[in-house]
Amino acid sequence: MRFVSITSPHSERPNSVTMTMLWVIIALAPGGVAMTWYFGWGIVIHMLLASAAAVIAEALVMKLRGRPVMPAVSDLSAAVTALLLAIALPPLLPWWLTVLGTVFAIVVAKHLYGGLGYNPFNPAMIGYVLLLVSYPVEMTAWLPPIMLNQHPLDFAQTLTAIFGGGLPAGLQWDALTMATPLDEMRNQLNQNRMISEIRQSTLWGDFGGRGWEWVGNWYLLGGLILLYKRVISWHIPVSMLGAVLVMAMLFHFLDQESHPFGLFHIFSGGTLLGAFFIATDPVSAATTKKGQLIYGACIGFITYIIRHWGGYPDAVAFAVLLMNMAAPTIDYYTQPRVFGQRSTGDD
Amino acid sequence: MYYPSPKKAARPLYKFPGGLHLPDNKRQSTGQPTVKAELPKKLVVPLRQHIGAPAQPLVKVGDRVLKGQLIANPQGKISAAVHAPSSGIVSEIAEHPVAHPSGLSAFCIVIETDGKDEWCELPPAIENFAACDPALLLERIRNSGIVGLGGASFPSDVKLEPGNNRRIDTLVINAAECEPFITCDDMLMRERPREILAGAAIMQHLVGAALCLIGIEDNKPEAIAALNAAIAAQAIENVEVVTIPTRYPSGGERQLIRVLTGKEVPSGEIPARIGIVCHNVGTALAVADAVLRGRPLISRYVTLTGEGVVNPRNLETLIGTSCSELIEQAGGYTGKAQRLIMGGPMMGFTLHSDNVPVVKASNCLLAASAREAPDPGAASACIRCGKCAEVCPVSLLPQQMYWYARAKDLEKTQEYNLFDCIECGCCSHVCPSHIPLVQYYRFAKNESWDLEREKKSAELARQRHEAKLARIARLEAEKKERAQKKRAALARSSAAKRGVGTEADPKKAAIEAALKRAAEKKAQLASAGIKPQNTEHLSDAQQRQIRAADARRVSPAETPTGEAPEQER
Repeated sequence: MRFVSITSPHSERPNSVTMTMLWVIIALAPGGVAMTWYFGWGIVIHMLLASAAAVIAEALVMKLRGRPVMPAVSDLSAAVTALLLAIALPPLLPWWLTVLGTVFAIVVAKHLYGGLGYNPFNPAMIGYVLLLVSYPVEMTAWLPPIMLNQHPLDFAQTLTAIFGGGLPAGLQWDALTMATPLDEMRNQLNQNRMISEIRQSTLWGDFGGRGWEWVGNWYLLGGLILLYKRVISWHIPVSMLGAVLVMAMLFHFLDQESHPFGLFHIFSGGTLLGAFFIATDPVSAATTKKGQLIYGACIGFITYIIRHWGGYPDAVAFAVLLMNMAAPTIDYYTQPRVFGQRSTGDD
Repeated sequence: MYYPSPKKAARPLYKFPGGLHLPDNKRQSTGQPTVKAELPKKLVVPLRQHIGAPAQPLVKVGDRVLKGQLIANPQGKISAAVHAPSSGIVSEIAEHPVAHPSGLSAFCIVIETDGKDEWCELPPAIENFAACDPALLLERIRNSGIVGLGGASFPSDVKLEPGNNRRIDTLVINAAECEPFITCDDMLMRERPREILAGAAIMQHLVGAALCLIGIEDNKPEAIAALNAAIAAQAIENVEVVTIPTRYPSGGERQLIRVLTGKEVPSGEIPARIGIVCHNVGTALAVADAVLRGRPLISRYVTLTGEGVVNPRNLETLIGTSCSELIEQAGGYTGKAQRLIMGGPMMGFTLHSDNVPVVKASNCLLAASAREAPDPGAASACIRCGKCAEVCPVSLLPQQMYWYARAKDLEKTQEYNLFDCIECGCCSHVCPSHIPLVQYYRFAKNESWDLEREKKSAELARQRHEAKLARIARLEAEKKERAQKKRAALARSSAAKRGVGTEADPKKAAIEAALKRAAEKKAQLASAGIKPQNTEHLSDAQQRQIRAADARRVSPAETPTGEAPEQER
C-alpha cells in the first residue's frame, strides 16, 4: 500500500486567507449598511462597482503574469481592497473615478509591487490618495447625512447621477452636496471662528457632524468582530486611537476654542475605519507586537498633525501610507526576545 | 482538571511563549491494554537508529543470533549499540527502505526469526545501583543501546554524563506527550509506573540530581494517578509528578523545563548548562530494564491510531518489525487511510510505504484519514498576518525567516535566529496561506550546514595552501642561508690562502717588518743622494776596484743618479 507524501504538520488547518478576507468583509457590513442609511444608495453602487472592477483587474493581471487566476480571485483580497476604497468615496462620485481608483489600486499598488503579500503600501489607500490628489473637487463633494438632506435621491436617481446622467430636474450640485464635518471645521477655523461659535450650527451633533458621528460606531462594531475572530490584534487600533486622542486632548486643553475635543477626531472622518480596517492591513503594517504599537501610534500622530496643519481635510490615508514605508524598519528594530536568548533564567 | 501530588503542595508553573491548544485525539488508542505484538517472521534492524555514527555490524550472513545479542557495535562516542530483537538467522546485511522523511534506504541487518525467541546470556542485573560505580552504569546503558525514546534518539549515556564538573540539581522526566494522537508514553505510565520510577531513580543517581520532576500534561489523568500511586506505595522521596496544562509543544525539552522550573535553557546550549537533565519516560524504562534486568533495548511501545486503522491501540513491538505487520495486528486499514505518518501529526513525517521497520524512535504510526489530515492544497502568498509569530514557542518571527529562506538569504535567516527553531510546526498549522513554513526552515538549516561545511573545507584548503607556501618560502630561505654561509666560508679560506689578514702569523710579521725597514732605509739613503748599491757585501779589495771603475766611467756631464735604478734591477 502506498500513501501520499506531504510535509508536516498533518493537521486540519484552522485558518485560510479566504476566511480571513471574508471576515473583513463581514465586519465591514455594519459600517456599510450604516453609510447607506445615512448617505443613500451611492455607497452600495460604488461598492459593487469597485468590487467588479477589482475582480476583473485582478483576473486580467494574473493572466498577464501567467499565474493561476482562480486562487487569486477566490481569496477575496481584491474584493476587500475594493470595498475599503469604495466606502471612503463620496456617494455621487462619477463612476469612472471609482473604476480608475480601483484599477490603479489593484494593478499598480498591488500587482506591480509583486502581488498579494508583497505590496508595501495599502492598495486601497493608494487608490484613494490618487483620486483625492487628482480630483479634489469631486472627492470632497459629499452628500449631507439623511437628517440634513432636503433632497434625498432614490436608487434610480443616484444611479443616473453616478453614471453621468446628471441630477434630477431642479437640483444643483452645489445645493445637494456639502463638505465633510472635518472639512467644515477646518474651513470655519481658518476663518478665525471659535469652536463654540461654529458648533452653534445644526450641522453638529454630540462629538462630530450630525449623522456622521454615528457611522464610526458601526466601524467600531466591525472592529470588535475582527478582534473577536482574531483577524486583527488590538495593538494597532488601540495605539492609533490612543495617539489621536492624546494629541487632540492635549491641544484641546491648551486652547479649547481652536482645537476640537478629542472625541471629535475619533468620530470624524476615517479614524475608526482606519484604525480597525486600514491600518491593520497585515501586508503593509508592522508585524511584531511592539512594532504594531509604534506603527499605530505614529499613524495616530501623523493623522492629527496633517488634519491640523496639513492641507487636506482628512489624513488617515496619508498617515497610513507614510507609516507603510516605515513598517519594515520598525519590524527590524522591534524583534521579540527569542526564547533562551540573553536570558538569565529568571521569570 | 488538576491532579495534585499526594503529599506536596502544588508547584508553581510557568508559561512558554506561544503554543497551541490542539484537539488531542488520544482517547482512540487508549481503550485497550497494551499487548506484545506477534513475533514477525522477519526483523529488519537498521544499523543507525540514533543520532550519530551508524553501528558496525558484528555478525555475518548465516550467523545464528539470540535474542538480546549484540549484533552491531557503536562507532565513536555519539553512536548506539544494536541488539537482535529475537533469535534467528541473519539472512542479509544490506540496504533496505527505512522510515525516512525522504524515503531513503539504509543498511540493515535482516534476521529470519526461528520462533523460539531464545535469550542470549544477559549481563548480570545491577540491583544495588546506588553502590555501583557510575562509570559501570553508564557502560551498561551504552552497551544496551539506549537512545532517547521521545523522538530525537540521542544516545542516552552521553546525555547522562554531562561532564565538565557540571552540577545537576534536577532531573526532568518528560512525560508530557504533547503531540495529538500519540499515547505510547501514556500507556507506558499507566501500565509500568514502577519500572519508570526505577529508571528515573537510576538516572537521578547517575547525574546526582537532588530532585526529579515528572512533567505530565493534564489530559492523562490515569497516568498521573498510576505514577502517584507507585510513588506513594514505594514511599519514594524527591520525585514529584507535576501536572501541567495541555498546550502544544509543552513536551519540547526546553518548553517543559520552562514550564516546570521557570528557567530558560540558553540558546545553543544543553539543559545541563543550567543544572538540568531531561529524559523521556520510555528512556527511563529502558534504563531500568538495562540496569535491573540486564536487558538491552529491543522493543518499545508503539501507538497505532487514526481513522485509517480498524482497531487503534498500543502494541509492545520488537525493533525491526515491519509497519505493515503492526497495522495488520491493529485490524488492518479501514479504507479511510490516506496518509501514513510516523510520529505525530505536528512533527511526524509521511511514509511512502508501510514496508519499513519500526525503530527505537518510532513512537506512533498514524494512518490518517482525509478528515484528520486534509490536504492543505497549494500554498498561497504570505500576507504577513503574524499568526505564526503569535504561536511560536520560541518567539521567533517565522514570517521573516520564511521571507529570507525563500530568497535563500541564509545569513539573514540566521540573523532571525533560524537555529533556535524547534520545528514544532505551530506556525505552519496556523498559517492562513498554508505555507509549509517548517519545511522552509529545514531547507534553510540544511543549506546553512552545507555552506558551513563548504566554508570549513575551503578554510582548511586555504590554511593548507598557506602552510605549503610558508613551507616553500622557509625551505627557500634556508637554502639561501646555507649557500650564503658556504660562500662566506669559501671566501674566508681563499683570503687566507692569499695571505690577507696575516696579523696572527709572527713569521710573516717579521718578514713584513724587515721589508718595511729596508724600504725606509732605501728612502733615507735616496733622500741623502746615495744610490743603493749591490756592492755592500763585497770585500774591501773588490770595493776598491769598483770605486776605481766608477771613477773611470763617470764623466762630468753625466749624473749617476739616473742610472742607479737600472743598476739596482
